[in-house]
Amino acid sequence: MSAADLAAEVETRPLRVALAGVPNCGKTALFNALTGARQKVANYAGVTVERKEGVAMAPDGARLTILDLPGTYSLRARSPDEAVTRDAVLGQLAGETPPDVIVCVADATSLRMALRLVLELKAAGRPLVLALNMIDIATRQGLDIDVEGLARDLGVPIVATVATRRRGVDVLIAAVQAAARTASAPATWHEPSSGEIRALHREAERLIKAHVKPPKRPDTWTGRLDSVLLHPVGGLAVLLVLLFVMFQAVFLAAGPINDVMTDGFNWLAGAVGHGLPDGLVKSFICDALISGVGSVLVFLPQIMVLFLFIILLEDVGYMARAAFLMDKIMGGAGLHGRAFIPLLSSHACAIPGIMATRVIDQKRDRLTTILVAPLTTCSARIPIYTLIISGFVPNHHLFGWVSEQGLVMLGLYATGIVSALTVAFVIRTVFWRGASEPFLMELPAYKMPDPLNVARLVLQRAEIFLRRAGTIILSMMMLVWALSKIPLAPAGAKDPAIDYSFAGIIGHALQPVLAPIGFSWQMSVALIPGMAAREVAVGALGTVYAVGGGDDNTAVLATTLAGHWSLASALAFLAWYVFAPQCASTLGVVKRETNSWKWPAILFGYMITLAYIAAFITYHVALALGAG
Amino acid sequence: MRRLSDFDIPGGDDGRADAGRGAPLSDARKGFIGTIVLVRTPETAGGLGGAEIERRLLEMGFVEDAPVEIVHEGLFGRDPIAIKLADRTVALRRREARSVMVRAAAAPPR
Repeated sequence: MSAADLAAEVETRPLRVALAGVPNCGKTALFNALTGARQKVANYAGVTVERKEGVAMAPDGARLTILDLPGTYSLRARSPDEAVTRDAVLGQLAGETPPDVIVCVADATSLRMALRLVLELKAAGRPLVLALNMIDIATRQGLDIDVEGLARDLGVPIVATVATRRRGVDVLIAAVQAAARTASAPATWHEPSSGEIRALHREAERLIKAHVKPPKRPDTWTGRLDSVLLHPVGGLAVLLVLLFVMFQAVFLAAGPINDVMTDGFNWLAGAVGHGLPDGLVKSFICDALISGVGSVLVFLPQIMVLFLFIILLEDVGYMARAAFLMDKIMGGAGLHGRAFIPLLSSHACAIPGIMATRVIDQKRDRLTTILVAPLTTCSARIPIYTLIISGFVPNHHLFGWVSEQGLVMLGLYATGIVSALTVAFVIRTVFWRGASEPFLMELPAYKMPDPLNVARLVLQRAEIFLRRAGTIILSMMMLVWALSKIPLAPAGAKDPAIDYSFAGIIGHALQPVLAPIGFSWQMSVALIPGMAAREVAVGALGTVYAVGGGDDNTAVLATTLAGHWSLASALAFLAWYVFAPQCASTLGVVKRETNSWKWPAILFGYMITLAYIAAFITYHVALALGAG
Repeated sequence: MRRLSDFDIPGGDDGRADAGRGAPLSDARKGFIGTIVLVRTPETAGGLGGAEIERRLLEMGFVEDAPVEIVHEGLFGRDPIAIKLADRTVALRRREARSVMVRAAAAPPR
């Protein structure tokens, strides 16, 4: 290929631009301003780091592909995210075309860290443009930046932008196109030593002294807000109130939509089933496809409300404060302050909780959080807890007003929290000793959230969840359905149909193993369909005891169970459900988030071991106390 | 537990050991205003190792001569702490703050 052909090829293919920047510099806002709705979210090949790419249109009609790299303070990668940024910038990322131009995004009001990153990026050798973002805030604060002088001294073209208002975007694109015509230098970057980091700091400090006059009216809002929000006692109180509002919103706002969706799916299953002859086909379409997937899809409103809160708090800058306030408590269990939000979310459902662990940068901190998140009491356990408690715990009131049933429920929640923290503690003190990451985190200045950005991020989360529901969760549902239906019961069979299925066969086979923890074969059989989702076990118990389905019959079922089970067995069943990994979707999500079957396997293994031990102890202690 | 000042720290020693080395930031209380005189983590620091923690502190802006002010403390054990560091606020645990030696400003305001 001749040089002219090469030049022509470079002219016609879209320019590849990578956005780099320190955390909280408004890089994502600039990415949105550049690409609008033309963006797609995926993962980088082989790692769970999120890859965001979009297309920007230049005023002259040219197209540019924009890659939003994870934020980093340095090219010296400390986390998988930062390793992606380093490799992308150096053009060493497997499966990625090296970028033609790097745009370093900087918060104009806080230039030190950004300038140091620019100095490092220069060593990457690729054409570089510095975007001075949030220049409006800098101007309002009376911060005086000599842009031309700084650009000359730094040797990098600088463009001032206000990403949230799309100001300076066209100028930035023009500067990128101009920079693309300059030649790349060979990459000379190497991992800086502590001495070299100090030297980079000194150079950044010199540039600031020479070209930036400190603000005449510095931001005082952040300090004033923090004096309340980070107050040792007041700050925690505000956090608790926020959490309370968040959970109320999840259950109150999303609850009615959930009910409508549940009814909708039931109606759909009924309507479709009406036109079909009884048999496997009907059961497959109604039970596996519509009800199965529906039972997961009904969580979508809750997940969206939860993520709305999480993303909003992140965008405002509060999330770092929540991590600060909770760090000591979380740190006592060997977790990072940021693990707090995912664990909290897991009380609604472990799936969004595990998805929310993406806010934790460090791999081991994140994995520990993922491994313990399913121990917290998710909402799918509530139907089972309610069923067993109403069947076995007398509806007495202590002191006239404290419900015994409520106390048991509270105890089960507390057990979930305590066991999650304990397991985290064990993981961090036995398996990953000395791996604890320093808690070292910037508390960014508060800013108004960008509604468009928040909406876009919530929709992206919803899309990721739906894609998951359509693939891995759907296949799990179909597998569990097949196990519970095939082979069919012979004609004229007296026992419930499930007894003849693989689930029944497995349940009977498991019974000797489960007998020491007090489970009858009916209980063992109910565990199998319960793998699809915990609450399905309630329906399965109804099936094995031949009690018709439906919400009205829960009371009937509770009475039936009370007639068949000993109290010791019932308590063992509860203990089992506190720990058991009875949710295929959670295992699927862990597989997706960790990109390996190893972690879901470990999760399944340790939880089922804990469940067995807990049920065993509960059963035998209860027997010894005369509850047989 | 050994304090950082127990270790032999080269550099920053101008004969007046205390003035040169300063005191660990981890011992300072809310309201402290001063300057960083030395960032150094002993290799025995555990976890990621001293050199790595030192580089992370440097990368977060804990460098010699930077002005610091402790603006917030956590409820339990006054940990973690939030530091106003030049034009930014950075949170860290007192454990890591042991590696940052500071000297109080000559005449603390307020």
